[in-house]
Amino acid sequence: MTATPVRKVAANTTVRHFLARVAFALIMTIVGLLFALPLVWLVLAPFDATPSLSLSWPDWTLDNFARLAENPYALRSIGNSLLLGVGTMVIVVVLGALAAYAMSRIRIPGRDGILYALLLLSSIVTGTAAMVPTFQIITQLGLINSYVGVLLVLAGGILPTVIFILKDFMDSIPKSYEESARLYGAGPFRILRDVVAPIARPGLAFISIWTIVQVWGNFLVPFILLRSPDMQPAAVLMYTFYTESGQADLRLISTFALLFSAPVLIIYFVVNRRYGFRFHGGIKS
Amino acid sequence: MTTSTTTPAGSAIAPRRRRADDVAGLGTVRAGIFVAPALILIGIFLLFPAVWTIWLGMTDYRLTGLQAASPEFVGLDNYVEALTDPSFWNSLWLTLIFVLFSGIIGQTLIGFGLAWSVRNIDGWTKGLIEGLVLAAWVIPASVASFLWLVLLDRRSGTINGLLGTEGTAWLIDHPMQSIIIFNIWVGTAFSMQLFSSALNAVPPSQIESAKMVGATGWQQLRDVIVPNIKGHILTNTLLITLWTFNTFTPYLVTAGGPNGKTEILSVYIYETAIPGGQLGLGAAISLIMLLINLVIALAYVRVSKGRKKR
Amino acid sequence: MINHSKRRVLAAFAVATAGALVFAGCSGEAPEASEDGPVTLTITANAITGGKNAAEADWIADWVVPEFEAAMKKDGKDVTVEFEPQGVDDENYKTKIALDLQSGEGADIIGMDGIWVGEFAEAGYIKPLAEVGGDSVDAWEGWEQIPEAVQQALSFDDERYGVPQGADGRVLYYNKDLFEQAGLPADWQPESWDDVLDAARDLKKIDGVTPIQLNAGTAMGEATTMQGLLPLLVGTGEQVYEDGKWVGDTDGLNDVLDLYKTIYVDEGLGDAVLQQEAAGRDTSFQMFAANQIGILLEGDYFWRSVINPEEGVGTAPMANRDDVVGYTKIPAMKSGSGIDDQDFVSMSGGTGRVLNPNSEHPELAWELLAFMNSADAYEARNAGTLAITPRTDVNDEMLADDPMLTYVSEEVLPITAYRPPLAAYPQISTALQQATLDVVSGTSVADAASTYADAAKDIVGDDAVSGG
Repeated sequence: MTATPVRKVAANTTVRHFLARVAFALIMTIVGLLFALPLVWLVLAPFDATPSLSLSWPDWTLDNFARLAENPYALRSIGNSLLLGVGTMVIVVVLGALAAYAMSRIRIPGRDGILYALLLLSSIVTGTAAMVPTFQIITQLGLINSYVGVLLVLAGGILPTVIFILKDFMDSIPKSYEESARLYGAGPFRILRDVVAPIARPGLAFISIWTIVQVWGNFLVPFILLRSPDMQPAAVLMYTFYTESGQADLRLISTFALLFSAPVLIIYFVVNRRYGFRFHGGIKS
Repeated sequence: MTTSTTTPAGSAIAPRRRRADDVAGLGTVRAGIFVAPALILIGIFLLFPAVWTIWLGMTDYRLTGLQAASPEFVGLDNYVEALTDPSFWNSLWLTLIFVLFSGIIGQTLIGFGLAWSVRNIDGWTKGLIEGLVLAAWVIPASVASFLWLVLLDRRSGTINGLLGTEGTAWLIDHPMQSIIIFNIWVGTAFSMQLFSSALNAVPPSQIESAKMVGATGWQQLRDVIVPNIKGHILTNTLLITLWTFNTFTPYLVTAGGPNGKTEILSVYIYETAIPGGQLGLGAAISLIMLLINLVIALAYVRVSKGRKKR
Repeated sequence: MINHSKRRVLAAFAVATAGALVFAGCSGEAPEASEDGPVTLTITANAITGGKNAAEADWIADWVVPEFEAAMKKDGKDVTVEFEPQGVDDENYKTKIALDLQSGEGADIIGMDGIWVGEFAEAGYIKPLAEVGGDSVDAWEGWEQIPEAVQQALSFDDERYGVPQGADGRVLYYNKDLFEQAGLPADWQPESWDDVLDAARDLKKIDGVTPIQLNAGTAMGEATTMQGLLPLLVGTGEQVYEDGKWVGDTDGLNDVLDLYKTIYVDEGLGDAVLQQEAAGRDTSFQMFAANQIGILLEGDYFWRSVINPEEGVGTAPMANRDDVVGYTKIPAMKSGSGIDDQDFVSMSGGTGRVLNPNSEHPELAWELLAFMNSADAYEARNAGTLAITPRTDVNDEMLADDPMLTYVSEEVLPITAYRPPLAAYPQISTALQQATLDVVSGTSVADAASTYADAAKDIVGDDAVSGG
């Protein structure tokens, strides 16, 4: 009543501001819940004595983990996944960084056309249609049932996307650093290793994680190229927890799903915390 | 696409338009050496199988049966067969709907919305929201799809329990909507991350100036933010479109059903090549899919070129 | 031919690139020893310890491998047996063994579904047993114990390609508790489709119960054909493949689709939505175990594995299985209307094991395969979970403990029918599944049947399809 018009307006904005904040918080909570909802089962079911498809407060037990530990392949398969994931990552990051750097700094004729073509071809080869050729090549190279074969096929399929993203990254790195490094007599390889790579670290970190995530979920390539189950990664093992009529053993599959997801999640959050992810630039042509 | 010529983006783009300079003294030969290992690897394990697949697409090759022993060259028959099959066109149509709603609209807009919203929040809330979105992206597809089967189960699914809609078969009654939302859930993290870093790179001074002249949030977005991150938007949209076009993960949720209602192209190829056994035809459809991808990529490149000429 | 020249080009290419690739030197192939030295034989099967078909995997790893190695040692032979377990979706397993065989690799003994034998034989991936394993194949004592019909499951063009590892049959299961509530007899024996429908109508009066679930639709894949359409089709006196022709738009097929229409569309006796769910078959098991389904057409697998109350065996265990679950033969459409004028019908499938023609030691591999199919081997195999074996001598001795399996072995196997092991079958089967799906989702029977017939003609050609 006694408030001056000015104060009224101020109060109004405060109220509106407050309401907006509440609405914003509400929306974010809902979005957060929507993203969290499917994950709840992943966290709870493994600890339930009798997991079902419905979400319920578990009858707490660690028996499922004990049962899974008896499986001769389950835990080892997660180690195998790590080996394949990290191995592929090392190959694509090293080769991808070298290639992306060179492509960024030197005009190679038809460079962008080649890059786009490879990016598109990678979609055909990761599909089912190219399975036979891939298998034949690996057989002829004598690399069946060896990790080398799996690593090379995975790396070949992932490299174009890696180069595509990294080149974008390298393009946006200021060239003045390299110029000064060169003044001090550093060669191109040293410049890449000691100057460019550290600046590009967030990009390299992103690519590393992206690669591991891709490999982590890949079923077809390791499945057809590896013979002994001791060597199969977790993505293949996941499918063995179904009976011959396609029924899932919920106790094993829920527990394995958690163990299968945990390493990538941990790697992801550790790397993210240490390096953070950044993207640069956009499409160049 | 008719933004005024005085956008602040002009200055940001200008340095990129310079030809790449060989500041590190790489030289063409050494550049070749740098590129060679990657290209050899790609050549053998990507290019070679791809070319072979294209050849397979012109045969009646199957993995088993008589055609496995002696495949015959059939020229473009497979292409004719695919292009005259109504189920191919149906599948293509489903794919376009899927890409549009789950990829271009869903992942890109929600990803941007999330990046925009959490940009000014600090502390654990930001970490929590980003963490949840990222977790969905990082966990393996076979696990993610299983979680969604649990979520949408007709009898005891979480959604039915929460909404009190017991007995609703979401995957049967709303199959396409289900896989669209599923794919948004899986893939939004990429856009969110990309836009987060893009927003960080927008010069704060430009936003401040916009604020000083009294621009509303929407105006700031339109006149300052979007022009600044156009390149990111294009990169994001291109990659998201291609990835969504080629993703096979929805198969793990609906197996292409019910009655082919979610049989997007990647599923159609799988059904043709593996259970159907027609690898030759499957290879041909793969190439058709590749050509569609090519058209999409060219469209994006055109847009980005147009952007630069301005 | 094409394959060969292709491979040569590839080999040249591979050699050329090998130099550039440092790692190509480490080839995985160990040099094979001669027949006298130590020999390694490999077995692969879609079974894995701790996962899919674990009982079979355990038996191979814990019994077959050590016992065979010991037996060989006695004969003075140094043989090592290796087991490469798989344990994935059948379609993926099939792809993998096909890739192995086409590149001249793979295990010496390979487990496969009998229905794949035709495709693999036509592709030249596998050869008749006697051609691979030598004279001792036909002289094997086991053939006398395995009925002709069961041997058919692993045969193609009247030649034996493998040894079946089991026999199965399909029956109608019913829930006696629900039958009692509906005023139906506990020892039910329907004699026609109408009898089954009548019982289902009575069951419909009970709240919360689906009277009958008859597999339909494409989501269940082969389960629809084997546990739905084909057992009905043989009840009309027709077969899916007969006298060189595949079934087309015939009276029998129309009758079968009519029955689907009655159950799912006209009278709502079954849950049509369930048939379209990706995990529909699994759900039907769970619902039967929870007393929510009255009648279910399934194989003996359902009894001995799915609802088996023993700890760790069944995925939908029923503690009171032996008291509550009844089983009865599947009636023909009418008495005497089945194939061979039978009153009752069934379908059987079967998995088995074949010899790899690329084996370095085919004769020893056959010895191992015969060993795996000896009476002793089946007794060891059945020590854990009982199943019907292909051998009558073993069945006579072991099945006595289980009235259900005895019933299948004695009553059902003599009247059963098999699918044709031809390369076109999987596609025909898919088209048949689609026809049931069309009917269940509301298309008229006539339209569904003619759409199917067109699809069948596309697959095998106009001349190879019967009916109008």
